[in-house]
Amino acid sequence: MPRRSRLHIPQHHSRPGEEPDFSYLETSPAGAVGRPDVNARVRDIGHLAVELVRVLDDDHGAAGPWHPHLDPPELQVGLRHMLLTRIFDDRMQRAQRTGKISFYMRSFGEEAVSVAQCMALRPRDMLFPSYRNQGLYVVRGKPLVELMCQLLSNTRDMCKGRQLPVMYHWKDGRIFSISGNLTTQFPQAVGWAMAAAIKGEDDIAVSWIGEGSSAEADFHHAMLFASVYQAPVILNVVNNQWAISTFQGFAGGEQRSFAARGPGYGMAGVRVDGNDFLAVYAVTQWAAERARTGAGPTLIEHVTYRGAAHSTSDDPSRYRPKDDYEKWPLGDPVERLKNHLISLGEWSEERHAALVKELEEHVLESWKEAVQYGTLTDGPRLSRDLMWEDVFKEMPEHLRKQREQLRAEQGG
Amino acid sequence: MPQMNMIQALNSAMDIMLGRDPNVVVLGEDVGYFGGVFRVTDGLQRKYGEHRVLDTPIAEGAIVGAAIGMGVNGLRPVAEVQFADYIYPACDQIFSELARLRYRSAGEFWAPVTIRTPCGGGIRGGQTHSQSPEGIFTHVCGIKVVMPSNPYDAKGLLIASIEDDDPVVFFEPKRIYNGPFDGDPNKPAVPWSTHPKGEVPDGYYTVPIGKAEVVRKGAQVTIVTYGTMVYVCEAAARSLGLDAEIIDVRTMVPLDVDTICTSVKKTGRCLIAHEATRFSGFGAELSATIQEECFWDLEAPIQRVAGWDTPYPHAFEWEYFPGPQRVAGGLKAVMETP
Ligand SMILES: Cc1ncc(C[n+]2csc(CCOP(=O)(O)OP(=O)(O)O)c2C)c(N)n1
Ligand SMILES: [Mg+2]
Repeated sequence: MPRRSRLHIPQHHSRPGEEPDFSYLETSPAGAVGRPDVNARVRDIGHLAVELVRVLDDDHGAAGPWHPHLDPPELQVGLRHMLLTRIFDDRMQRAQRTGKISFYMRSFGEEAVSVAQCMALRPRDMLFPSYRNQGLYVVRGKPLVELMCQLLSNTRDMCKGRQLPVMYHWKDGRIFSISGNLTTQFPQAVGWAMAAAIKGEDDIAVSWIGEGSSAEADFHHAMLFASVYQAPVILNVVNNQWAISTFQGFAGGEQRSFAARGPGYGMAGVRVDGNDFLAVYAVTQWAAERARTGAGPTLIEHVTYRGAAHSTSDDPSRYRPKDDYEKWPLGDPVERLKNHLISLGEWSEERHAALVKELEEHVLESWKEAVQYGTLTDGPRLSRDLMWEDVFKEMPEHLRKQREQLRAEQGG
Repeated sequence: MPQMNMIQALNSAMDIMLGRDPNVVVLGEDVGYFGGVFRVTDGLQRKYGEHRVLDTPIAEGAIVGAAIGMGVNGLRPVAEVQFADYIYPACDQIFSELARLRYRSAGEFWAPVTIRTPCGGGIRGGQTHSQSPEGIFTHVCGIKVVMPSNPYDAKGLLIASIEDDDPVVFFEPKRIYNGPFDGDPNKPAVPWSTHPKGEVPDGYYTVPIGKAEVVRKGAQVTIVTYGTMVYVCEAAARSLGLDAEIIDVRTMVPLDVDTICTSVKKTGRCLIAHEATRFSGFGAELSATIQEECFWDLEAPIQRVAGWDTPYPHAFEWEYFPGPQRVAGGLKAVMETP
């Protein structure tokens, strides 16, 4: 029989009503992957793109050459940031359900990515996030009230009512404006990094996209520019296995890891357990030093899981098993760091419960303050005149006229 | 006659075409197993299989590029772009390739691609889930541009688009997927089952591309509009007690100049309304054409009502949206002039 070409359709392993099956996931034991010198040549470190860097083991210990040996207080801060991110997310999800905000996206299950990475970077490093990196704001200390005001599109909204909830920005905190158009930030981060190199500064740029977004041409453009100019940039692909209803096989993860695209473009690629706070921290530290010392860019793939719905508009029970997150082989990032701290004798269930309570109160207090500045449905509102500002630096005549027309139409 | 909303009508159109023509394929982000984020392709993959209804990677440029290749190789692809706001990565493939392939190859290569995409605001989608970019596509020679305003037309026009050997960009005004909307967000939602155009035959039929429809006959003024704005304009004219003739353009390219200008010549007055931004919007083309054809019959300058020339702001959705009040203002202006 002659062989024929065939159209391959990536198959997910478990659908609603089925037992979650993660047998496709290839992992490495904690501590098993070597840590090369930060100046290592790309051709010599191909293993990093295939294996899975892990530090935390199943018994809550930490092992191997990637162990970052952080002090317990620093680990406690990391735990706090992850928990705060999670509690904030939960509360905002509920606010959306009650109609106070129009839309929300949680980062449940992947908090370690933003939190550990941001802690491993310097405050002057420039961040180009996706919509699922709220942990960056928590680590850099943005008051929650200010994030909430953006979600509420109220009188203190940093975006002046122009953006959908979660599309924050923070110039002083060096976090770039979030776009609804996927992957656009990737080449922009590379350009920022090229500018830093042109100016001779040692700040680096860091960007994040989801694995689904790595399909866009902008991903490839970013990789190529980063590699050609050896830009001081860290490009992160957060492989949370899902892009709305479509699993990572449809973004090309079935045949090869996302990290392996790094070496494909001539840059370092590292595949890391994204739910392992210590591993994410260590890998980021390695990549940041590499970038800062002129040894080139790094692509990091974080293997993690989107524990929640894509957004408040999504219903994952239509396309994946209900209890899949509990069965995810890499566990939960908060639980893993918590248990590690407990095993070190530096944490306890009591302290944990007290921290949760403290953070819940903090979120609640922040919310009470934020709604005083207005919500989508009631309270004070932004001036509608703001609609015409910032389209251009100076308002052209035709916009001035339209502003007058609306004033006449609505009075005031 | 069966009742359908616009989502069901569009779904039915693809169902029928997948059934009639083995070369029809549907592709796009989340369209397969899930059935689309607006559920327009619901059930199609189950019925026709994974080789006919394909989930794709998130790469609009590749979706359209691949659709062109499939079209050249004999298939009849129906590609979905999840939101019109996300069609831009595909624009090089649409503008430079899809639109001109027939021309540059002297008619030897062509691709019968239909690109479906939900557009328009009024769903609290902010600036990247609310855009109406249809005008940009009308400026590119070689693609047909369609936007239905009701379930009956949606199904008939989509079947006609799929059967058309020219490329079609098919805009779906998502605010009226589930029912007509007169521009007042505070009124309870009205389902399509209350509207005559919610009656949709189960089987095959087409609504011709290139034909506008007079949705209301009237004598005092002609309103030229399309999509969601059809209902907003009806409400505005009603609020003023005006006997307006309302024309649903339905197809922007090729444009049914005849139907439009016959009406304007009769009424002598014309208002053009669309949700898209005003400057260089499709209303400008309409206005210029009507002026050229009907100048001596016009009693007053043509009025345009459109979205403001800003991005679509999340918090000011209803200040931005060209609602019945703004349309009424335009109607007053076009009626008052002696
Ligand atoms: C250019 C573009 N195409 C499509 C979309 C619609 N969309 C929003 S999020 C999303 C899925 C993204 O998945 P992934 O990159 O894996 O990120 P995750 O949501 O898992 O964090 C899609 C298709 C968009 N926002 N922009
Ligand atoms: Mg994802």
